[in-house]
Amino acid sequence: MRFGGLLAVNELDLSLEPGQLYGLIGPNGAGKTTVFNVITGVYRPTAGDIRFKEHSIVGERSGKITRRGIARTFQNIRLFGEMTVLENVKVAAHCRQTADLASAVFRTPAHHTEEERVDRQSRELLEIFHLEPYANEKAKNLPYGSQRRLEIARAMATLPRLLLLDEPAAGMNPQEARQLMDLIRWVRDHFDMAILLVEHNMKVVMGVCETVHVLDYGATIAVGPPAEIQRNPKVIEAYLGGA
Amino acid sequence: MRALVRSVVLVAVLVLLNALLVGKLVPGVSISPYFLQILNLAGINIILAVSLNLINGFTGQFSIGHAGFMAIGAYVSAFLSITFGESIRSAFSFAPATVQDSVLLLVVLAAGAIAAAIAGFLVGVPSLRLRGDYLAIVTLGFGEIIRVFILNIDAVGGARGLGGMPRLANFFWIYLFAAATVAMVTRIVNSSFGRTLIAIREDEIAAEAMGVNTTRHKVLSFVVSSAMAGVAGGLFAHYLMYLHTNSFTFIKSFEIIIMIVIGGLGSITGSVLGAVLYIVLTEGLREFAQYRMVLFSLLLVVIMIVRPGGILGHRELWTFFRRRRAAEAPAPPAVPG
Repeated sequence: MRFGGLLAVNELDLSLEPGQLYGLIGPNGAGKTTVFNVITGVYRPTAGDIRFKEHSIVGERSGKITRRGIARTFQNIRLFGEMTVLENVKVAAHCRQTADLASAVFRTPAHHTEEERVDRQSRELLEIFHLEPYANEKAKNLPYGSQRRLEIARAMATLPRLLLLDEPAAGMNPQEARQLMDLIRWVRDHFDMAILLVEHNMKVVMGVCETVHVLDYGATIAVGPPAEIQRNPKVIEAYLGGA
Repeated sequence: MRALVRSVVLVAVLVLLNALLVGKLVPGVSISPYFLQILNLAGINIILAVSLNLINGFTGQFSIGHAGFMAIGAYVSAFLSITFGESIRSAFSFAPATVQDSVLLLVVLAAGAIAAAIAGFLVGVPSLRLRGDYLAIVTLGFGEIIRVFILNIDAVGGARGLGGMPRLANFFWIYLFAAATVAMVTRIVNSSFGRTLIAIREDEIAAEAMGVNTTRHKVLSFVVSSAMAGVAGGLFAHYLMYLHTNSFTFIKSFEIIIMIVIGGLGSITGSVLGAVLYIVLTEGLREFAQYRMVLFSLLLVVIMIVRPGGILGHRELWTFFRRRRAAEAPAPPAVPG
């Protein structure tokens, strides 16, 4: 991925399998979020290919990519602030519904059954993420940690096979971060999906990920299980730091 | 079923009200033609405001070309009723004159709505790629282009204006379509599709990332909104029986914007209130003669200072009468550990 003269991400080879948790780490500006933006179609890669379930998804709009089964959260929380917590999740569920403009106007019986189903499923999702008590609160009024969880819940409502989490633990206290780790593992186990997470909190990354990719200046400098990565001298020099 | 019962009741009420207002229900009781006209223009304004609110208030795409789509609906329907009015009537010559009128009106309104919808699609596809100020300027431009285009078509009178269409619209039809517009927009907004529109308003990138085809949904809501403006235009044409492009300048678009902004962007009842308030204020201030518009703008400024989000804000009227749950209910429990 190149922006003018800046080579943001280069020579990145990621292959992700369902049921696995992957971590993507690296110093600020290494290109982690750019990787997410390239995968989800926000940027069109200047070279290379992205295949998802055997299909090349390069050049597709991000909505289409999400409908194929890749969902994401955002580093700087992007909830629908004026909408309720429940509505936030329901918006994401829309892409798995048949409901459209016509069914909205004519209110067919099928529309009602679907609406009830989505309501039930969305509430179940909120329960998993401990957000049920806030269901009718405006998303912008939620405490920070809960907003982060709502972002994940909302992404889950699109029924992804690959979930991209951009700094899910940012701004969380140690206790919240621990709960988040349990939640991420639980989600992976119950929904059989691949999860790729970008995170600066090493406790979280090393705690949940099976494989860690380390990125520096847009290129992979190390790949491997957490224990190995923690001992890798190149990673220590570029990112983790000595001592 | 409930919707059917409601529609029947609505039609009955409107028929009775219509008869009452023109003095046919209770002998000696009627409304002055001046007030009746204000009432009817308010109804047309309601259609315009509520439909514009779908795109501006709920989808968050600031469009200021609504008068252009109204003009298309007005001119297309007027042209059709002038040109083909007699042949459509004669096809229904077996039926009473009222039925002939109604059929003719419905046919030309449908044509006007379709024409406005097509124009909405053609304008919407390129312009809805833009955001914020840019979209506003482009829609303003398209609105003017439509007006000047019509001004230069000699078949619809050009600068002379277009007259000669029959008076088909009345209180009944105007308020029937106003009610239909309110019902349709309410249903759209409170649906799965409507939620995606509001999501686009809140954060377009996030909405797209959640699998919403934002371009398609924006264009759809723009098309629906334009079609409704086309209906309003058709009613306008067949109520005043004379059209001139001067009625559809960008000033008209701004009037509709003012209605939805004082009522509250993103509130349907707010748009209805704004539409009525606008005409009440502009007509009510007539006695102040040359100070009329000065007072009007002052009032607008006061409203914007007191209630910056519009009179109703994002909320609907009935939510103000309901007990405020958020204030009275206990605070939500802490996040379980």
